[in-house]
Amino acid sequence: MVKVFGSGDHALRALDDVSLTIETGEFFTLLGPSGCGKTTLLRCIAGFETPTAGAILLSGRDFTAEPPNRRPVNTVFQSYALFPHLTVAQNIGFGLEMLGRPRAEVAATVERMLALVKLEAFAGRRPQQLSGGQQQRVALARALAPAPQVLLLDEPLSALDLKLRKEMQGELKRLQHETGITFVFVTHDQEEALTMSDRIGVMSEGRLLQIGAPREIYNHPVNRFVADFIGETNFLRGRVAQDGLYLATGERVGAAPPSGARIGEATLAVRPEQVRLEGPGDPGSLSARVTQTVYFGTDTHCHLHLADGTEIIARLQSPPSGDVGLAPGAEVGVRFAEGALQVLGD
Amino acid sequence: MSARAKPFSVTALPGFTTVALAVFFLLYLPIATLVVYSFNDSLSIAVWGGFSLRWYEAAWQNAAVQEAAVRSLVVASCAALIATTVATMAALGTTRRGRFRGQTLIYVAINQPLMVPEIVTAVALLIFFAAIKVATGYQGLGYLILAHSAFCIPFAYLPIRARLEGMDLTLETAAADLYATPWQTFRRVTLPLMAPGIAAGAMLAFVISLDDVIITEFVKSAGQDTLPTYMLGQLRRAITPEVNAISTVLLAVTVLLLTAFFLLTRKRG
Ligand SMILES: Nc1ncnc2c1ncn2[C@@H]1O[C@H](COP(=O)(O)OP(=O)(O)OP(=O)(O)O)[C@@H](O)[C@H]1O
Ligand SMILES: [Mg+2]
Repeated sequence: MVKVFGSGDHALRALDDVSLTIETGEFFTLLGPSGCGKTTLLRCIAGFETPTAGAILLSGRDFTAEPPNRRPVNTVFQSYALFPHLTVAQNIGFGLEMLGRPRAEVAATVERMLALVKLEAFAGRRPQQLSGGQQQRVALARALAPAPQVLLLDEPLSALDLKLRKEMQGELKRLQHETGITFVFVTHDQEEALTMSDRIGVMSEGRLLQIGAPREIYNHPVNRFVADFIGETNFLRGRVAQDGLYLATGERVGAAPPSGARIGEATLAVRPEQVRLEGPGDPGSLSARVTQTVYFGTDTHCHLHLADGTEIIARLQSPPSGDVGLAPGAEVGVRFAEGALQVLGD
Repeated sequence: MSARAKPFSVTALPGFTTVALAVFFLLYLPIATLVVYSFNDSLSIAVWGGFSLRWYEAAWQNAAVQEAAVRSLVVASCAALIATTVATMAALGTTRRGRFRGQTLIYVAINQPLMVPEIVTAVALLIFFAAIKVATGYQGLGYLILAHSAFCIPFAYLPIRARLEGMDLTLETAAADLYATPWQTFRRVTLPLMAPGIAAGAMLAFVISLDDVIITEFVKSAGQDTLPTYMLGQLRRAITPEVNAISTVLLAVTVLLLTAFFLLTRKRG
C-alpha cells in the first residue's frame, strides 16, 4: 500500500510500499519513531484516509472503498475523543446504537463493557469528570462494545503516567485475551512493544523494515536502524569470513554465521548484556579500557574503549554492594557471549 | 542582586483607579438616571416627584406602544431565526476544513454589515425595496424582516464560528468510526456540541434587531413603527417619562438576553 500526501515537489510518501498481513486474534504492534507513518497506516485501515495505491482486505473482503462507518473496525484514539455531551454509558453505547441494535441489547452490552473495564460506578458521569486512566478505559470500552473484527489503538497509553501505564498494559493484554479481537497497536515505546505484542512491525520513513515476534526482532534485527531503535546496541566494524567473524582490526570474535550472510565487510552488532568482562589479557579476549561506569539500579553500564577506538557498552548486573569495582582507566578483557554477534545489513 | 523588575501592569499606573471610576460613572450614570426617572411620579423629567409606576401603566395601555412592541418582537424573532440558520450554515461551511483560497474574502463578505456604515446600507435598502414595492405592490413586514436578517447574520455567525473552531474534529471522526452515517454524525455529535454557540448567536441577533433604528427607519412602510422608531417619533414631539419606562423595559430584556449569551459562550473551566 502507498499513501502520498500532497503532490509535485511537496509530495510526501507517508506510506511507501507497505505490505502486511495480520492474523485473526493477534496482538500486532506498529513501532517506529515519530512521523514514520504509523498513524497514517491506522487511518488507512480505519477508512479516514484513502490509500494512493493498494488495497485493504479484511477476511478476504476488499474494504478499500468503504467509508469508516461501514468497516467492522474500531479505533481507540490517542486523544480518546470521548463525546463530552454524552455520559460514560451513552459513549459506550454509541456504536451499537448507530448500528441500530435494540435498546435492551445496547443496555446489556454497556453493562458488560462497564464491568469489563471496571467502571460500573461511573456510568452516569461525563467524560470530563473522569481521570486520564478512566477516560482511557471508557475509550477502550466504547471501541470494544460493537465487537469489531479489528481494534486499532493509536498510542492509547502515551498520556498516562508510568505506573498507570504499566497497569493499563496488563489490562489491555487481558482484554485482548478475553475478547479474542485482533489488536493493532501503535507505539513508539519499544519496551511496550516488546512486552505486549505477538508480533511487531518496525517502521521508518513510511517503510516496514521488519516484521517478527519480539524475540526475533530483538535478537535478529535485519539492519542497523532496527537494532538501534529496539534496545541498546553496540556496533562494531568487522568482516564475515568462511571460518568466523572478525573485527576490522583482525581479532576473531565469533563463529561463522549459520547461513546466508555475505562474505566480506559488515557491521556487527552486540547487545550490551551480551558483553562479558574478564581479566586483562585473558586468551581470546579483546583488550579494552574502562572510561566510565553508570549505575542504573539493577544493572550498571560500563563504557569501554576498545583498542581500535570503538566505544562499546557492557551491561553488568549490579553486585549487592552496588559497586562493580571498575574504576575509569582500568584495563579489562572483553568477550562476546556465544552467538551474540549479529551481522547486519545496511 | 536587587529584586526582579515587576512586569508592566496597567493597574499600577498612577491615577488608574480614578480614571476607571470616572469611566464607569460616565457609562452608567445616564442609564441609571433614565431608570430612576422612569419611576418618577411627576410629569417633568427633571424634577423628582415621588415613586410611581404610572408611566409603565401608561405605556402598557397605550395602543401604539403595544402595536410597536408586538411588531418589534415579531421582526426580531423572525430575523434572529433566519440569520441564525444562515449563520450556522456559513459557520459549518467555513470551519469544517483547512485553510482554502479566498477564505479571508468570504469572512469579509459574511461580516460586511459590521463594516459598511449602517446609513449606507439603509439608503441602499430604501432604494432597492422601493423599486420592489412599486413592482409588486407588497407593503408588508417582509422587507423589515429581510433587512434585519441581513445585518444580524454576522452577529449570529461570530459566536457559532468561535464554538465550531474550539471543537475537536476527531469527535466527528470517532462518530464515523462508530458506524454513524454523515447525517447521524451531524445530528448526534456536531449539532449538540455547537448548540450553545447557536443559542448565543440567536440571542445576540435578537437583541441587535430589537434595538435597530436606522435601517428600520428607512425600510419601514407607513404605520410600521417598531418600539425604537416609535420612541424616536415621540421624542421629536414631546419628551415624556413614558419613553423612560419603555427604555427601561428594553434595557431589562437586553441585559437578560446578554447575560444568557455570556453564560452560554463562557469557557467551561
Ligand atoms: N494530512 C496530512 N497531510 C500532509 N502530511 C501528512 C498528513 N498526515 C500526516 N502527514 C505526514 O505523514 C508523515 C507520517 O505521519 P504520521 O502521523 O503517520 O506519523 P506517526 O508515525 O503517527 O508519528 P507520531 O509517532 O508522531 O504520531 C509525517 O511526515 C506527517 O507530517
Ligand atoms: Mg501518530
